[in-house]
Amino acid sequence: MFIPHTPQDREEMLQKIGVSSVKELLAQIPQDLLYPVLDLPRALSEQELSAHVRALAARNKPLKNFIGAGIYEHFIPAAVQALSSRGEFLTAYTPYQAEASQGTLQTIYEFQSCICSLFDMDVATASHYDGATALAEAVLACLRITGRKEILISAALHPHYKEVLRTYVRHQPGVCVKESPFGADGALDLAALEKNLSAQTACFVLPTPNFLGCLERANEVAARVHQAGALLTAVVNPLALGVMQTPGSYGADFAVAEGQPLGNAMNFGGPGLGIMTAKKAYMRQLPGRIVGIAKDKNGRRAFVLTLQAREQHIRREKASSNICSNEALCALNAVIYLTLLGPQGLREVAELNLERAHQLAERLEKLPGFKRKFTAPFFNEFVLECPVPAKQIVRKLEKKGIGAGYALGADFKGLENCLLVCATETKTEADLQAYADALGGI
Amino acid sequence: MEPILKHNQLSLEKSRPGRRGVRFTPAQHPAQTYLPQAYLRKEAPRLPELSEFETVRHFTRLSELNYCLDGEFYPLGSCTMKYNPKAYDVLSALDGFTQVHPFAPESSVQGTLEMLYRFEELLKKVTGLAAFTLQPAAGAHGELTGILTARAYHDARKDFKRTEVIVPDTAHGTNPATAHMAGYTVINIQSAPDGCVDKEALQKALSDKTAVVMLTVPNTVGLFEKDIREIADMVHKAGALFYLDGANFNALAGLVKPADLGADLMHLNVHKSFAAPHGGGGPGAGPVGAAAHVAPFLPKPRVEYKNGKYTLQGKLPKSLGKMKAFYGNMAVCLRGYCYLRQFDDATFKDIAENAVLNANYVRAALKGKFNAFFDRTCMHECVLSINPAEMNGVHTSDIAKRLLDYGFYAPTIYFPLIVPEAMMIEPTETESKQMLDAFVAVMEKIYDEIHIEPQTVKDAPHTQCVCRIDEVSAAREPNLRW
Amino acid sequence: MHTEENCRFAKTHEWAHVEGDIATVGISNHAQEEISDIVFVDLPKVGQQVTAGQNCCVIESVKSASEIYAPVSGEVVEVNTALANDPALVNREPHGNGWLFKVKMTAPAEYENLMDLTAYKATLKK
Repeated sequence: MFIPHTPQDREEMLQKIGVSSVKELLAQIPQDLLYPVLDLPRALSEQELSAHVRALAARNKPLKNFIGAGIYEHFIPAAVQALSSRGEFLTAYTPYQAEASQGTLQTIYEFQSCICSLFDMDVATASHYDGATALAEAVLACLRITGRKEILISAALHPHYKEVLRTYVRHQPGVCVKESPFGADGALDLAALEKNLSAQTACFVLPTPNFLGCLERANEVAARVHQAGALLTAVVNPLALGVMQTPGSYGADFAVAEGQPLGNAMNFGGPGLGIMTAKKAYMRQLPGRIVGIAKDKNGRRAFVLTLQAREQHIRREKASSNICSNEALCALNAVIYLTLLGPQGLREVAELNLERAHQLAERLEKLPGFKRKFTAPFFNEFVLECPVPAKQIVRKLEKKGIGAGYALGADFKGLENCLLVCATETKTEADLQAYADALGGI
Repeated sequence: MEPILKHNQLSLEKSRPGRRGVRFTPAQHPAQTYLPQAYLRKEAPRLPELSEFETVRHFTRLSELNYCLDGEFYPLGSCTMKYNPKAYDVLSALDGFTQVHPFAPESSVQGTLEMLYRFEELLKKVTGLAAFTLQPAAGAHGELTGILTARAYHDARKDFKRTEVIVPDTAHGTNPATAHMAGYTVINIQSAPDGCVDKEALQKALSDKTAVVMLTVPNTVGLFEKDIREIADMVHKAGALFYLDGANFNALAGLVKPADLGADLMHLNVHKSFAAPHGGGGPGAGPVGAAAHVAPFLPKPRVEYKNGKYTLQGKLPKSLGKMKAFYGNMAVCLRGYCYLRQFDDATFKDIAENAVLNANYVRAALKGKFNAFFDRTCMHECVLSINPAEMNGVHTSDIAKRLLDYGFYAPTIYFPLIVPEAMMIEPTETESKQMLDAFVAVMEKIYDEIHIEPQTVKDAPHTQCVCRIDEVSAAREPNLRW
Repeated sequence: MHTEENCRFAKTHEWAHVEGDIATVGISNHAQEEISDIVFVDLPKVGQQVTAGQNCCVIESVKSASEIYAPVSGEVVEVNTALANDPALVNREPHGNGWLFKVKMTAPAEYENLMDLTAYKATLKK
């Protein structure tokens, strides 16, 4: 497939090389291993492939989705996909030859700028694989900067982020990860935090909203963390920042996020868009690509990959990370989305999320036996305590075509009856009522 | 003439207060209704304010400033810039795949799980390895996954003295960086004069402290390690694992199975070998395969098929843990799956055969003017080297820039590090003879220019929207945002 | 004041100039030429202990990151803060205002073992 050579082309090429067959070119390979049996299935034509893949897609059952927990369903304006799927963006490589890659480079610069402004942070990278790996790499930077060995995280951090973080730091000599608990209201227990912070703490990882949907008193957390001489790494929802206080405003040293809510489809959770930002002082500790403004030799503005001496292709084993790509296309979706919405549109969509989730919570709390588990303020998701195990609710509502939420029992002891429920701007009044009716009917 | 509409105006510079691209039907109540003031942001972010039309025009104009595979020959060595079939764009954008939440009940996502499962099965067939994980988001992420898998394997055997990873000097920078991230000490070994692994140097470096030996096959100078099986035996005899960096799998596809070469672990790049687009730098996908004895240590969860149902199995006690949130870059894997379904045993080998044919054709056609550093048959890419003293002081970077003027993207340059003034050309199997001839003709023209008017080459490019860029001042006084 | 002539050199191209028990450290003219346009100097911290022959600082150009090895052992007592805003100072005046840091020496004999300019220049010719 996709090979253009005619027999005549091939003949001429072999002649030029000075061999009589392609096999002659493969003399370097152990000949007894050549051409193994692969047992591949029959090759499909494009038409057959299309039918086959559409049939697979049809095997997925569409649900009215009330699940959040790190990946969110949002409305994506048509222009996002229309622009980012242009071959000029889609089939370009990493912008190594800057002069012939100004398009990609400028979009990344605009992405970094929009993210810095949205987060109120000094610098942002061109992006990382996803929110979890961005967090892990930010924490590695905190270890390098402080020279301390203890990582303190909120117990209400996304369970996947916890696992990825532990994977990334497991082999750092002497490093340990500790959790600081949340209180009865679902937000951090500040007294416990104070106790858990020490002169060994390299950084505190503060998710807000946390995995339980609760917003944190970030200023009070930041004061305590910095008091201990530790760094603060915030994990936020970038769409929520349309209305919510920014990591920069409470003095976060690093702030990371899963950028998928900004113009990227759910895609079963991948690809994601790891957003990584920092204070200026830590600029050279950031892993991965960064684009900067430069001048060409005629003094015109140009964009270029910069601060590259941090990276693996120069530092090899001494690099701050092995990363050598970014999620450029996902970052492009995000910057197109932010450009279309502007500050006003982003505020509107964030307010719609707030409103829908609060309307849903209000309706569900009216059902007998159901109540909101935590009292801390929330953005677009909240924990619903049910009269029966949440897993059962999920199963029953699936039969009614509803994705009810994320059952918390597997990750949080004591929350077996608790369901993390999300409502974004994609849910109409009727959808909210349908959910309430379905829940009331079981 | 300086155009009135500057090509590189920032979106923020086009912005007008109050202008809108997208409108939502607003909420009934403002944010203060739901959240205490302390939780709210004080100032609006400085985002551009453009109409939808202006946004479309802005990004369309920007896209036109890029060279891309759809438009230009892109001979980037090690990057495998092969054609990205359009059918996969359409199929990976189906709502049935894009609108699926990773935490949706498994019974509602059987189509996605089946696709991922089938993709893993195909990867097992073409590599001969026992198991695959699709979790890694990129090649370098796959490397880290592989090395952490190896570490979990040694740890489970209580073999804690193994603290070293051996990497040849031809390796991609990601190899030593990966080993370091996994907490290992990196032992670099020099290559032999023929560009392959120096077996004596390897034997000397190997010990009971060696955890892993990382090798790229074919290696980064485009040569197949001639003693690969002997090398694998040496590695295994020392009790270490053999990690095969699959960045160059395009040269192996259908010709030889990595498992037959003795690989215990390897990663593949879906965005290289299996025709997923590079997207300007990502997203990619870096599936990792493992031989049976190492497979239990791969990250969790794994896709399983039992009793007619596909599930994500998370209860894997020996697993190294998780490498990223959720499962993997599904949308990229879907493209790889589409690609593999379009081949059978008879045609899969055409990939590597023609990749090798094309690289050798370019090597042979350029010989005399631009010579390969190792003057012999190469695999899927050829590495050229020049001596600026014989080229009127022209460097590889100048030739790269001059190629842009003629409508070609540049090869990978200054890599591998052991080749002075390296130019690494990987045409891939999807380029026609006519395109390769055009490329060779342009290289010959540049060769003549070097000898007649070298300054034209040194000042290149002359046709792009910007001239050569001053990277020094950009790095000294970084301007990274508006 | 330190000049090329009154310094002693390490094989790895650093120079040291001693006044009392304080050694001022920089890189040679040859080294700055090799590195070319310097964009950032990652200096050691004041108070940090450095050991002769071990890396303690990194100099970055656009395309490289070069390790700098301490020519003498001791405690860093001062760093050249001017390099934060003007790293190119190392290119312009490697032996003058482009010095890197000052060390309070713990083993002054190490200084004596360094090469003088003539011996250092001889190593470059090889």
